[in-house]
Amino acid sequence: MLRTFTCIMCPQGCEITAEGAEGALAITGNKCKKGKEYVEQEMTNPMRNIATSILVEDGELPLASVRLTKPIPKARIFDVMGAIRQVKRQAPVCEGDVVIRDVLGLGSDVIVTKTVEKAEQEGKDR
Amino acid sequence: MRNVDVVIIGGGPAGLAAALELYKKDVKNILILEREKSLGGILRQCIHDGFGLTRFGETLSGPEYASRFASQVKALGIPYMTDTTVLELTPDKKVYAASPEGLIELQAKAVVLAMGCRERTRGAISIPGTRPAGVYTAGVAQAYINLKNRMVGRNVVILGSGDIGMIMARRMTLEGAKVIGVFELQPYASGLPRNIEQCLNDYNIPLQLSHSVTDIKGVERLESVVISQVDEHLQPIPGTEKEYPCDTLILSVGLIPENELTWMAGAEADNGTKGASVDEYFQTTVPGVFAAGNVLHVHDLVDFVSMEAEALADGAARYVKEGSLPAADRKVTGDDMTGQLVPSRFSGQDDVTISFRVRKPVRNCTVEVWQGENLVKKLKFPKALPAEMIQIPLKAEKLDKDHDLEVKVVC
Amino acid sequence: MRELYDVIVIGAGVVGCAVARELSRYQLKTGVLEKELDVACGNSSRNTGMLHAGFTYKPGSLKAECAVEGNKEFDQVAAELGVPFKRTGKLVVGFTDHDRENILKYKAIGEKNGVQGMRMIDKEEISRIDPNAGGEFAMYVPSSGILDPMQYTIALAENACQNGVAFHFGQEVRGIDRSGEKDTYIIKTEQDTFETKWVINCAGMYASEISQMLGYPCYPVKGFKGEYFVLDKKAGKYLSIPVYPAPNDKGGFSTHATPTVDGNVLVGPDSYVTEEREDYVVTKEHMDGLFEDGRKMFKQMKRDYFIRNFAGIRWKRYNPETGEVLDFMLESDESHPNTVNLVGIESPGVTCALPLARRAVAMLAGRENPKKNESFNPVRPVKKRFHEMTHEEQQQAIKENPLYGEIVCRCETVTRAEILDAIKNPLGVCTVTGIKNRTRATMGRCQGGYCETRITEMIEQEMHRAPEDIRYSKRDSYMFTGKVRDER
Repeated sequence: MLRTFTCIMCPQGCEITAEGAEGALAITGNKCKKGKEYVEQEMTNPMRNIATSILVEDGELPLASVRLTKPIPKARIFDVMGAIRQVKRQAPVCEGDVVIRDVLGLGSDVIVTKTVEKAEQEGKDR
Repeated sequence: MRNVDVVIIGGGPAGLAAALELYKKDVKNILILEREKSLGGILRQCIHDGFGLTRFGETLSGPEYASRFASQVKALGIPYMTDTTVLELTPDKKVYAASPEGLIELQAKAVVLAMGCRERTRGAISIPGTRPAGVYTAGVAQAYINLKNRMVGRNVVILGSGDIGMIMARRMTLEGAKVIGVFELQPYASGLPRNIEQCLNDYNIPLQLSHSVTDIKGVERLESVVISQVDEHLQPIPGTEKEYPCDTLILSVGLIPENELTWMAGAEADNGTKGASVDEYFQTTVPGVFAAGNVLHVHDLVDFVSMEAEALADGAARYVKEGSLPAADRKVTGDDMTGQLVPSRFSGQDDVTISFRVRKPVRNCTVEVWQGENLVKKLKFPKALPAEMIQIPLKAEKLDKDHDLEVKVVC
Repeated sequence: MRELYDVIVIGAGVVGCAVARELSRYQLKTGVLEKELDVACGNSSRNTGMLHAGFTYKPGSLKAECAVEGNKEFDQVAAELGVPFKRTGKLVVGFTDHDRENILKYKAIGEKNGVQGMRMIDKEEISRIDPNAGGEFAMYVPSSGILDPMQYTIALAENACQNGVAFHFGQEVRGIDRSGEKDTYIIKTEQDTFETKWVINCAGMYASEISQMLGYPCYPVKGFKGEYFVLDKKAGKYLSIPVYPAPNDKGGFSTHATPTVDGNVLVGPDSYVTEEREDYVVTKEHMDGLFEDGRKMFKQMKRDYFIRNFAGIRWKRYNPETGEVLDFMLESDESHPNTVNLVGIESPGVTCALPLARRAVAMLAGRENPKKNESFNPVRPVKKRFHEMTHEEQQQAIKENPLYGEIVCRCETVTRAEILDAIKNPLGVCTVTGIKNRTRATMGRCQGGYCETRITEMIEQEMHRAPEDIRYSKRDSYMFTGKVRDER
């Protein structure tokens, strides 16, 4: 069987083809080893990272952006989104803060990617 | 009037990188002027990951990438002012800026233009139809969703396959919106292949090439858009119209360098990039006024913005110390396959990095750089896309001062 | 039921607001009902913004009389109301002998109407006046001028408001009944009922419907639609005077190029018939046509300069049998007591608004003999725009109010202080387009890419509105479906 992939590991976006059965795959088109790993992972269990936001109360901004420390199975993206949606933090929050450890037992943490300081004015409606 | 060696206009990725590099080169009397409340520029709203692989060897979100630079600027005590918008830049490098503290007046020895770019709008591409609420550019939708906590709509059509448009398709899907499709006028995508994969294919969002919005309907809020197929001259084909009910249209139809201050200073434009005409030192036609990053030409990767700004710092530092740079009166020209060519001029005395994009996707092409009869460099590319900027570094010792440089794409 | 009004004006277009302002010279309790959320949402703002001289209108017509009168007084009006205005003059350019014939024909008509100073000039003089104007020869009309019709209507309304007139927005009139016992009119809108002694119909394109509700005929009107391009201020540097083509045999003008008081250029309108009252759709076919025709008038026209498009419609009263376009209708008939009816007010409606308003109010005053409003002030206070200040003035403004130091709209250099003033405008308008029209924020080359998110945030904060309640322009033109992350 022949399958083609667009590698998402870096901006080069190599077009990679995989031919043959599992265990005896011929992978071509990748410029680096990440491409090979990506295709092998895609063929068994595709993994993705996601970025979104959590609610911050009394912050200079109403949201703090977050991402995962490690990719999670693609099929679980919306479950993880559901878990992140429940998170609420009081300002300040700092870049690197872990807001969910080991989200849904998938071995990945949800971390803050943007520091949000406390708002200067009290009770500013955002 | 306060005297400053280098005024940097814009505290985004280009401005911050230029500031740090100037500081390293011992040019310390500098000042970054940023109109927002905090440093970081557009990266503050680009919360997705994928930044920094080239520059830092790891993949970061936009805010994290920006903070790598901003925290260094703060740690080194490099002066910056936020909430400060430059109103005027004169050819003799006087800078006037408004801030809540007053009108700031500066006399700079050198100025770094790092204002970034803006989005093309509905008006610029003249989409017919009504003018309801619900038509947003991708960047505005991104600001509302990622910075302001405002959801702009539920049923979304995206026009244009620019990277921000595709990233917003994924972003809105994650937040529960239904993205009906991404439609692209050209027969190829304008964004990166990996974004087609991870932003569209992953979420079963169709990408239709050679299609455009030919009508917008709805008087109050957007009710539907009509999409037509276009022919090879990009003209809509009658009879192919299809109406898609939606409440939101996101436009990702290109970026334009933000050069109003550049022209105010009297710099000449480059016809290809629509940014300033610069030499290999990133100096515009106004001595001591430099430009790098998206204000000069639109980049697909922020890593290259930072690196370009760092390269600019070499020239700017030398200008501050020596008072001038070698005259760059040789031209860089391309052929009909090259677009967005930078620089437009060079001196032949220093290294030159040529950046450009192919005008359409090609496979197995060779890029040749000629100077007169001399083939300076030849590089092979298995594929080249308009979405991806190509950079060709040339060493000074390979160049002469008497001939123009010609870039050719041979297929 | 709301309290009893002496007069209700239906429609807050330029004519309705001019009538309201003229009524406020008297001690009359006056209200204005407007179906939209701001003034000038219809064709009052969808035009070239030309102060017409009056040379194409039939001698003796109301159009001719009011245009010449309105033109003459406008320097004073603009000064009183603080409306940006330039008496640029106008070039009516021709290429053929037929063009020359038509130009000369209308020159003669203009002279009969009392338009002064018109003269024929050659190509050389055209290029002396403006090297970017097209044409082989031209008629130069010194009295024409340019203004922002939106700003003018806002100014009229604010001045009326400041002199005591109440504005009710989002009030579409659904029915008008006469109450026999009290000799008053009961006006029903979708959500309210108003009672008034007098009604003045200034409903613009819907004036025929209101006319019928008042018992007057439902005058037939025909819509002549035109599309426009707005060009970037970069193009504005190349055009100093409106350039019109020679009028056609019926006195109509096709696509012209006109500088705006704000420094942009308008190209348009073309002209075609439409059936639908608010058909403001812009079409590819007409945009392409505008580009071609516009280039003949304005040599520097380039697609790079496009920043937006819009359309407007001239709803003209006409004779269905002959097809002939008829004059403005202004009537006040004893058989329909206490009413003034204005129908078919189209171009040159902006120029004619105040003269028409004075005539309409005189009809009422002649019968009611109302007392003068001794405290009437014709002057609307306006603040100088930050953008127009000298560096010293800017420094001083920021010192007095640091919010002047915060630039919200970078393309048009509009400060937070100015946006806040606009949000607190006397008419209580708080749509995004309302703020835009009062400040010019979002009207520049990035079309709100930088500032729109800030403006909606400021409206939410100042007016204590939920995100779902922010409106772009019209009643259901919501901007947001909610929050991404809710506090709940």
